[in-house]
Order: sequence, then structure tokens, then C-alpha cells
Amino acid sequence: MRITEHPILSFPEKKQIAFVIDGKEGYGYEGDTIAAALHAMGIRKLSHSIHLKRPRGFYCAIGNCASCNMIVDGVPNVRTCVTLLREGMVVKTQENKGEIHD
Amino acid sequence: MIEKDLVIIGGGPSGLSAAKTAAESGLSSLIIERDYKLGGQLVKQTHMFFGSEKQYAKTRGIDIAKILIDDVLSYPNLIEIMTNTAVVGLYNDKVITILHEEKYSKIKARAIIIATGASEKVLAFENNDMPGIYGAGAVQTLMNVYGVLPGQDVVMVGSGNIGLIVSYQLLQAGVNVKCVLEAAGTIGGYKVHASKLKRLGVDIKTSTSVIKAVGGECLQKIITSKLDEKWNFIPGTEETIELDALCVSVGLSPLGNLLSMIGVEMKYVSSLGGLVPMISHSHETSVENVFVAGDVSGVEEASSAIVEGYLTGLIVAQKLGFEHPNYEVLIQDLRSQLDNLRSGPFGEKTRNGLLEIMR
Repeated sequence: MRITEHPILSFPEKKQIAFVIDGKEGYGYEGDTIAAALHAMGIRKLSHSIHLKRPRGFYCAIGNCASCNMIVDGVPNVRTCVTLLREGMVVKTQENKGEIHD
Repeated sequence: MIEKDLVIIGGGPSGLSAAKTAAESGLSSLIIERDYKLGGQLVKQTHMFFGSEKQYAKTRGIDIAKILIDDVLSYPNLIEIMTNTAVVGLYNDKVITILHEEKYSKIKARAIIIATGASEKVLAFENNDMPGIYGAGAVQTLMNVYGVLPGQDVVMVGSGNIGLIVSYQLLQAGVNVKCVLEAAGTIGGYKVHASKLKRLGVDIKTSTSVIKAVGGECLQKIITSKLDEKWNFIPGTEETIELDALCVSVGLSPLGNLLSMIGVEMKYVSSLGGLVPMISHSHETSVENVFVAGDVSGVEEASSAIVEGYLTGLIVAQKLGFEHPNYEVLIQDLRSQLDNLRSGPFGEKTRNGLLEIMR
């Protein structure tokens, strides 16, 4: 959910950005990080723990804790809290430590 | 290999301030920042700062960020900026390995200021890794930078200044703050922040903490318990609170990983937030020409980080042969500003902590 009214800040309408999340259409706005756009869509499970596959989400928002790592355009372990959303991005939930393909 | 006079790792309040005074002294620098933007954690701080005019008191953190960023941008010939760039390696000969757009490169610096700041601590309780449990600072970023709400019904754990301020900002964003939990017997932060929350009907439950999070893929409930004076849970005092987001604000840990890579002498000082470098009066670590500024050498308010940055920038410049024309006067003034910021009962922990890390 997005803030529409705020006593101090203003959030003017921005250009909509379409992307793909786990095979489905998603959208965010210019200036969103991937994690912020997913949250605004109500998606809070972003990754899994490596061994027990426990669901994990956003925690630190500074690119430090690795809890929001996802596969973005085929690249695993992308820190979605500090990576800006771009038009047409393909974002996937990561199920393992990540594999790199050429 | 690229060669630089001064490399500043971290583009938050202390790193930006250091670049400014180094430039004023005539020394060029490169700021390396892993985020895609400068400003560090100031960019989400919508509240007005305390302190004195010199540390931008009565100015909102978001506006202080703009001032500090504009300051460094006003030296395009002396201050170079790399964002979206992570320092992944640091070596004793002051070689820095950076990762930028999937490419590694190396930089050799004459001096380095490590201004990496701190990261949010986690709290141990059952299911503390469930989506919907966030660091308080992360929630502040989500709301105040991106305009996205973390949830509808939120509980804050921790009544230090960050916990209190973020609770108030959640209310400003239209979120229902159900209560603030505090494990200690008294509220940790300033009374002025606590009173604001109380006036808005938010209960601050002291001697209370969270035992367990409950939910499936996302958080739905927490179980809380009262604590005795020794911080043990008191059986039979459990309560269930329904919520969709829990904010954890139990302090920050200095981000000193890079310092450990070059074997800087470190010490665990809990009043400074954890593992911190031993430093000289000039903010120099045990490795020559490697300096620190800001939260990495002890977690404090952003105001102190800014002043430490100004101070360290001047000192490093002077050491490399670029003495500011007003050096002595400025240094003395900055040192007395830091003393002021650390005065009084709230500064006692910091004052004692800093004594422990002086080389």
C-alpha cells in the first residue's frame, strides 16, 4: 500500500514501470527499489533461508542483511532493497544459493 | 591501477562532511557509496534534529542530506563520486577493490576514511526471521523514501530514540501503532519523543518483550511477556497481539568489516554498539593513514557523525600536506562541538565508550 497523504512529505505521481514477478505481471513507479515495489503490491516474502527454506523478507533496507536477495534478469543474489526497478525487469524468488548461467 | 589521494568509503553524513572539509583544505577525494544515492540514513529522517545551529538543529534530516550533498557537488574538481559501488576488498597497502556494474577494479589510496556507518541489530525470539518483521530503520526507508507502508497494524520493539521517532512517523503515515515494547523498566529515548506518542494514545509497555512471532508465510501475531528485573520472562504474563508488521529497534552495530580485513586493532565496546576500532585522537586507526568517522567507530546521533566527518577531513588533509588556512581554529571548534553533543547524562555511555578505544 502506498502513502497518499502525509503531513511532511509529498509523493507526487510518477511514471508507472511494468515488470515481471515470478511469471506474473507487476508494476511499480519510477524511483522504487524492487523491494519497495513488491511491498506496495503486498508481496512480502522475498526469499528463503538456504537450508530450511524458511520464508524471508525485507529487513535492513541498506543492502546489508541479504534477506531480500532475489534473481533479477537471471542474476542471483541481487539485493532488491537497493536496486532500482527498471521497465521489463524479470524478478524471481530465489530457492537456493544462486546459480550463474552464461 | 587508479591512484587517489583520499578515498572515503561511505557517502552518508560523516563521509560527505569529510569530503567537504578535505576539499576546503585543497585535498581531492573519491567517495565510494554502495547505494545508488548519497546521503546515507539521513535521506529518510523526516524529523528535525537537536543539537546546535552548527549541526543543522531544527532542520529535518532529509534537508540536511540535501545540504551535505550540495556541498560536495559544489567541488566538482576536487570531489569525485561513485555510487552503486561496493568496496569488496581492502588491503594493508591501501589498495581497495571495488565492484561496480559487475566489474571489479582496484584503487590505490594515499589515505582512506572508512565511514561505513552501522546496521540494525536483530533480536532473538522464535520465528524472528518471518516476513513482516523489519528493522525500524528499514521501515522508515520504506515509508519516507518510497512512500510505501510496511503494514496496517504495527508494534515497535524498543523505546530508544529511533523506536520512538519511527513510531511517530508510522502514525504520520497513517499506520496504527498498537504499542511500543521495552524490555527495560524505563523508556530508553528522550522524554519529548515518548510524550508525543503518549499524547496520541500509544501505549509504551516497559518490562515487556516479544517471545514469539506467529504466522504462515507472513507475520500475523506476536506473543509478548513481561520481564523481571533480570530480563527473564515471567510465566503467565503472556499476551497475544494481532498485527501485520513488527519493527525491531534494539540498537545498531558498527559496520567495521572492512577494518577487520586489514587487521585494524578492534575492541568490543557494548556502549558504542559492538566491535569498534581503536583510534587515536586524530581518528586514525592502528593502520597508518586509515581513518574512521561516524558510526563505524561508535554508534551516535547523525549530528555527531557530521562533526566527526568535518574533523577527520581536516586532519587527513593536513597529514597529506594540505593544511586548511584556519586549521587550528576549526579543529578546536569541531572538538568542542563534539564535547557538547556528548555532554549530559545521555552522552555518558558514549563518553565512557570512547575512552576505552583511545590509542
